Amino acid sequence: MLFVHAIEVRDVWRIFKGKDGVVKALKGVNLYVKKGEIFGLLGPNGAGKTTLIRILTTLLLPTKGEAYVLGYDVSKDENKIRPYINMVSGGEYSGYGLLTVQENIWMFSQLYGIPSDEAKEKIKNLAKELGFEDILKKKVRTLSTGQRQKMNIARGFITDPQIIFLDEPTLGLDVEVARDIRNFIKKWLMDNPDRTVFLTTHYMHEAEIMCDRIAIINYGKIVAIDTPENLKRMVGKEYALIMNVQPKIDMEWIKNIDGVINYIPKNIEEGVKIRMIASREEAIGEVVEGILKRGAKIIYLNKEEPTLEDVFLKLTGRGLE
Amino acid sequence: MRNFLRAVKGRAYPRIVGALREPSWMFWDTFLPLLSISAYVFVYRALQAPKEFEGFVIIGGVMTAYWLSVLWGMASQFYWEKETGNLQQYLMAPASLESILAGMALGGMFATSVRVVAILILGTLIFQVNMTVSNPVLLLLIFLITLFALYSMGMMFASLFLLWGREAWVMNSLFQEPIYFLSGQNFPVKALGPIIAAMASIIPLTLGLDAMRQLIFPQSIPWALMSPWLELIFLSILSIVFFILAIVFLRKMEWIGKTKGTILTRWL
Repeated sequence: MLFVHAIEVRDVWRIFKGKDGVVKALKGVNLYVKKGEIFGLLGPNGAGKTTLIRILTTLLLPTKGEAYVLGYDVSKDENKIRPYINMVSGGEYSGYGLLTVQENIWMFSQLYGIPSDEAKEKIKNLAKELGFEDILKKKVRTLSTGQRQKMNIARGFITDPQIIFLDEPTLGLDVEVARDIRNFIKKWLMDNPDRTVFLTTHYMHEAEIMCDRIAIINYGKIVAIDTPENLKRMVGKEYALIMNVQPKIDMEWIKNIDGVINYIPKNIEEGVKIRMIASREEAIGEVVEGILKRGAKIIYLNKEEPTLEDVFLKLTGRGLE
Repeated sequence: MRNFLRAVKGRAYPRIVGALREPSWMFWDTFLPLLSISAYVFVYRALQAPKEFEGFVIIGGVMTAYWLSVLWGMASQFYWEKETGNLQQYLMAPASLESILAGMALGGMFATSVRVVAILILGTLIFQVNMTVSNPVLLLLIFLITLFALYSMGMMFASLFLLWGREAWVMNSLFQEPIYFLSGQNFPVKALGPIIAAMASIIPLTLGLDAMRQLIFPQSIPWALMSPWLELIFLSILSIVFFILAIVFLRKMEWIGKTKGTILTRWL
């Protein structure tokens, strides 16, 4: 197969016409994913991440524009694409509760034409790598969320895909299971450097530690694409601050202070937590002064190293959660 | 072809295992239909109806088990698969949807047959029904073609249920009871009169039941709708028509799903 990029998306639009009117889920998305990289699509819920993944996995057609996976057009060549890709979503409940973990993974492997013995051998290896050998004979309906997601991950990787699409793969998992899954993905790519991972997440930490490059998507538009380091440099000259203020006060006035680029107030117990990006140092003093003038106290104030959340805040004016 | 068969085997597997892994399910799936059969048998006994009417009810109960399997295990299956997230996996896999439906159908036939054999043996023994099969080859042929037509109908409904966008159990309720009635589950369908009986013949269950009853209880021929050979021809035509329609609607469902996004997107 001759192709330049593992994935190429050119001016893709996706418009849904539903009962409640028209929804523009994707508005002219352009991106490419290099072979061998972990590419992250970072954005809040409803930003268009799943819609883009569905287009790339041949489940949905773009309303306008073109998308290519392994050089094949998603609109015309779905039968050529499908043997080489797989997908795992977070919070997925696929499979059959009556079957054991081993049987479930085997069943899905049969849809990809993997010989039975080969599939059984692969299941054993995947279970070992993901650390769920002990539950292979357990019925799926008795699994915990974490065990279930490890099974789903094995289901996605058993077909040895050229590109694996991971749609919020660690959604709702505890820290340990999420870490196991992330480590597995990284190791898989290290062992198979010609494979590609397309990951969507709204966990900035996950995007930061996993991805070679990240696209930030907001309301169906890509607002930035770069390496995590370069993205963070976008707020490098600015000041990223976190403040806890007590009691709760209205913080709307902050936006009128010269130098405040963006801020997110979040109600916490007995007060407000504010994440703020400012372009000049004096703005911080003015914000502090304003808070004190309104009879509130600053319980905590810290200048932080910019994170992807700050990048997102700067670019979109809203938080990721 | 090998990959097609692997997909069929893979998708049939959960049903085959399901039929054997939960003995309590098998008990209830046999016991409850037997209760329903018993009720009709006692009605016929109270009315001093000919003995073959009791046999009619047992055969009706047996074939209705397949109809329930078609409704709940085929027609509404894509709906359940969508709810659990399996449909996305099926649509994305390189296996054809036909192979997945074929797997569902074969698995469903196996699981139902296990119950059906139990119902048939118990029903025959408990109610002392004599069966005299006049032409076993024709009986087997009619039985198999009826199943093929029924499951093709189920495949067709699987896509239609998703296209209509209604809750699966609503659609199943809509089809369940009327089909019991129109197929003559517990009585000879000829009793409905020639016009309604002819219209009901579009349901494979109606023709299959009528033909099988004639072949198992030769004394029931006066109540038959038409000859078993003629019914075999009509059943074959129905099988082909339903099978073709199933493929057409499957393609349509896939196409609408991809263009409108209505198959997998819940909020539309």
